[in-house]
Amino acid sequence: MPTLLPLFPRGWAHYLGGGALIGAGVSLIYVSTGAAAGTSSFFSASWSWASGLPFFRQARWREERVWRLLYAAGLIAGALLWRLETGTSLATSVAPWRLLVGGLLAGFGTRLSGGCTAGHGICGIASLKRESFVAVPVFLLTAVLVAHLLP
Amino acid sequence: MKSETGAPPVLVRGAAALAGGILFGLGLCVSRMVRPEIVLDFLHLRDLGLLLVLGGATGVSLVVFQLAPRALKAPLLGGRFEPHPGRLGAETVVGAAIFGAGWGLCGVCPGPALAGLGAGLWPLGWAVLGLAAGAWLHGLYASRR
Repeated sequence: MPTLLPLFPRGWAHYLGGGALIGAGVSLIYVSTGAAAGTSSFFSASWSWASGLPFFRQARWREERVWRLLYAAGLIAGALLWRLETGTSLATSVAPWRLLVGGLLAGFGTRLSGGCTAGHGICGIASLKRESFVAVPVFLLTAVLVAHLLP
Repeated sequence: MKSETGAPPVLVRGAAALAGGILFGLGLCVSRMVRPEIVLDFLHLRDLGLLLVLGGATGVSLVVFQLAPRALKAPLLGGRFEPHPGRLGAETVVGAAIFGAGWGLCGVCPGPALAGLGAGLWPLGWAVLGLAAGAWLHGLYASRR
């Protein structure tokens, strides 16, 4: 598909394959436990171990915090397995302040909106949730815009 | 052994989440979405691979999320298929815009931030700290309303 090359200069198969693996992970959790496994709720759920704020003391977080912690551990373990198996080492040169400030905004925004790229983007669309069909285009367009405005 | 509500025991649920997380983390590495540069290349429209990742993941999930509740009475380990407490309001939109701004600034969202630590992308620890702080600020905001 030579005409598509400019759109996917690094190829396309690993993107689709990786995406299918992500979908398989989320689907496994849904079929076995019924939970829509977004990833950003991990952060709110984990604050229930440490924070006394009323929001974090809701029963919901206590019920979810163990499996969400193990879910996060799985994400790290999966990546670690991949690194050990393939011997690939990845690096990034994005500045720490950008990661910290970007993470802060993303963390606040995703919790306010009720989902991130996984919660709204994958689980929400797969559940045909109305709010996800609104949230996904909004965050995609904002992110493209912000990336273009910044050096 | 199941709890009174029929939900699977905490550690059984956790084991399923761990297994699903491992697949998710592998997928983020195979697709290279753990590297902020790959995400930022998408946001600059230089490599649209992220759309294939999102499409592949959502495609698989769409089939399963739609078929499972019809084919099974309950999830395999017990409990029920979650009718997610979804609500569409101003916060959905404003929150998504703030999330998008942060994502556009750093090229990292919650899944890749965590998986990045396993992949040896140590600077993503900054993003994890930021995400945790952002989630705390949201908790503060939501507690004071």
